[in-house]
Amino acid sequence: MTPVLQAQNVSKIYDMGTTKIEALLGVDIEIYKGEFVAIVGKSGSGKSTLMHILGLLDTPTEGEIILNGVNTKGMTEKQLAQVRNNEIGFVFQSFNLLQRTTVLDNVILPLKYSKVPSTEWVKKAKEMIAIVGLQDRLKNKSNELSGGQKQRVAIARAMVNDPSIILADEPTGNLDSKTGDEIISNFQKLNSQGKTIILVTHDDDLAKIAQRKIVLKDGSIVK
Amino acid sequence: MIYIPETLKSAFSALALNKLRTFLTMLGVIIGVFSVVALVAVVQGFQNYITDQFDALGSNLVLVTPKIQEGQDPSRSFMDNKLSVKNVDTIKLYVGDKILVVTPSIRIAKTAEYKSNTYSATVVGGNHQSYEIYGLEIDTGSYYTKTDDAKKANVAFISSDVKEELFGDRNPVGEKIKIENTDFEVLGVAKPKGGNFDDRIFMPDSTVEAVFNTEVISSLAVKAKDGQDLEELMREIKLALLRDMRADDFSVVTQKDILSSIDQILGVLSSALAAVAGISLLVGGIGIMNIMLVSVTERTQEIGLRKALGATSKDIGRQFLAESIVISLGGGIVGLLLGYLATLAVQSFINATIPWWAVAVAMGFSIFVGIVFGTYPALSASKKDPIEALRFE
Repeated sequence: MTPVLQAQNVSKIYDMGTTKIEALLGVDIEIYKGEFVAIVGKSGSGKSTLMHILGLLDTPTEGEIILNGVNTKGMTEKQLAQVRNNEIGFVFQSFNLLQRTTVLDNVILPLKYSKVPSTEWVKKAKEMIAIVGLQDRLKNKSNELSGGQKQRVAIARAMVNDPSIILADEPTGNLDSKTGDEIISNFQKLNSQGKTIILVTHDDDLAKIAQRKIVLKDGSIVK
Repeated sequence: MIYIPETLKSAFSALALNKLRTFLTMLGVIIGVFSVVALVAVVQGFQNYITDQFDALGSNLVLVTPKIQEGQDPSRSFMDNKLSVKNVDTIKLYVGDKILVVTPSIRIAKTAEYKSNTYSATVVGGNHQSYEIYGLEIDTGSYYTKTDDAKKANVAFISSDVKEELFGDRNPVGEKIKIENTDFEVLGVAKPKGGNFDDRIFMPDSTVEAVFNTEVISSLAVKAKDGQDLEELMREIKLALLRDMRADDFSVVTQKDILSSIDQILGVLSSALAAVAGISLLVGGIGIMNIMLVSVTERTQEIGLRKALGATSKDIGRQFLAESIVISLGGGIVGLLLGYLATLAVQSFINATIPWWAVAVAMGFSIFVGIVFGTYPALSASKKDPIEALRFE
C-alpha cells in the first residue's frame, strides 16, 4: 500500500551566519490513508518545523516529501499552493479565522483558491458547517463565537476541499479540557470516516488517542 | 488563482471592516479629483463666457487698444494711454470707405439709482453708432443720437438687468436715473443679450468724459464692412493711427487675437491648476500607500493563513492592489460627484461645464494613483513568508 504522505530523509538546517541550527535531521515518516498519527515532542524538538514541511509551507534543506505518490521536490510556488489547497487541511492552535468575517465566509475561503465553481461554494461550506454542528451560526462573525466554536469552524474550513490529510497543530492548546475533548472527538469522528489525521502536540495524554505516535527529540525521531 | 470579481468582492469586504479609515484614506484623492474637476469646470465656464461675449460682438471687429509692452506693469499702460476721440476721426478719414462704424469705448463701474433702488453697472461710453458694434437690439424706446453725442446730453440706454433691478415692471423710458448725483434720462432699453452685456448703461462718450471727468478710452472698436480683408484693414488702421501716435502707444487686434491671448492665459492657469491637483493626488497616493502598509502589517497572519489555504503570492498581491485601486477609484468617483455638485452650484454665476476629458483624466489618474501607490504594499504582502506570517501576532 502506498503511503499518503512520506518524508524521506528530511533535514532542515537554518544557516544563521556563523552558526547552523539543525531543526530536523534525517527524518523518515510514512503515513497511510485513514491513519490517526500524533507527532509529539517538547518545545524545540522540531515538531513545528516538521509540520510546516509536511504541510508544504516550508521546504526541507535535504530530503523529499512525497504526497499521494507525487514527489513535491522542485514544485513551483503555484504548484505547492495548489497541492496545499487540494490535499492538506490545516487546523491551527489559535484558530486563525478571519476576524469580523462570518462563519460561512471563513469556511468558503479555501474554495476561493480552488477549482470548485463559485456556484458550489455556499453549498459545500454549509455541508461542512453542518458536520461540525454550527449550521445555526452561519451568519455569525468569528469574533462572536466561543473558542470551541472557532476551532470547529477551523475544522470545517480544513475539510471543505475534501483534503487527503488534516494537519492539526496543537488544536486544543487554547481550549479548556472539556471543549478540547469535544474537538478531539470531532477529529476521531473524521478519522472513523476514513480521513487521515496528523496531530502535532506536546501533550502526551492527547497523543494517546492517536493510533500511532511519532516522538521527536532534538530534530530526530526517537520512537 | 482567484478571479477578478472575487478579488474585488474581497477588497470591498476588507475595506468595509474599517469604514472610517477607508474614507479618511480616500480623502486625499477626493480632494485632488474634486479640485481638478471643479477648477476645470470653472475655467471652461470662463472660456465659454468669453467666447460668448466675443461671438455677441460679431465677427468682423477690429479693436485698437493701448499697447502693453512685454514686462510692463499693465497699470502703466492705463496711465500712459494715448488713445483719444481724435483717433476716431483719423480712422474715419483714412479707412472710412471700408468700415461701417467706429467708436471709442470708455468703461467705468458706477452705481445707478432710481428712487430707492440701486444697481452696480458698467457705464459704457461710445458714440451714437456704438449699438451696432455691441450688436444691441432695442426692446423699448431708442438709442441716443448724433445730436446727443454733440450736445453731451445726459441720456442713457440701459440693458435688461439694469431695467429689471431699477424699474421692475415699470416702463423706464423718459424716467431719470441718478449716477453720482447727476440725472440721466433713460431713452431706451436693450433686449437681453446674456452675460455681462445685460448690466450696462450706454451713453455718449462725450457725456461720460464731461460728467465723470475721464478721458481714458479703453479701446476703439471698428466694425468692418462685410467682405473686407481684416488683415489688410488692420494694417491700414495702424498706418492711419501712426499719424496720431507712436507705434509703441497702441495695438490693432482682432477678436481672434484677443481670444488666442486669453486662451494662452487660461492654458497657463490650467497648467498651474493641474500642478496643484497633481500634488494633491500625490499626497493622496502617499496616504493610500501608508495605510496599505499598515494594513499589510495588521493582516500579516491573514496573509499567512491565505497562503496556507492555497493562495499564491500573486493572489495576495492582487488582493492588496485591488484594495488600493478600490480606495483610489472610490475617492475619484466621490471627488467627481462633489465636483459635479460644485459645478451645479456655480452655474447661476458662470456657465461652468465638466468636459468629458476631465472626467476621463480624473478617473484615469485615480486608477493610476491606486496602482502606483498600491504596488509596493502589494509586493510587500505577497512576499511574506507564510510560516513567519502565521506566527505573527
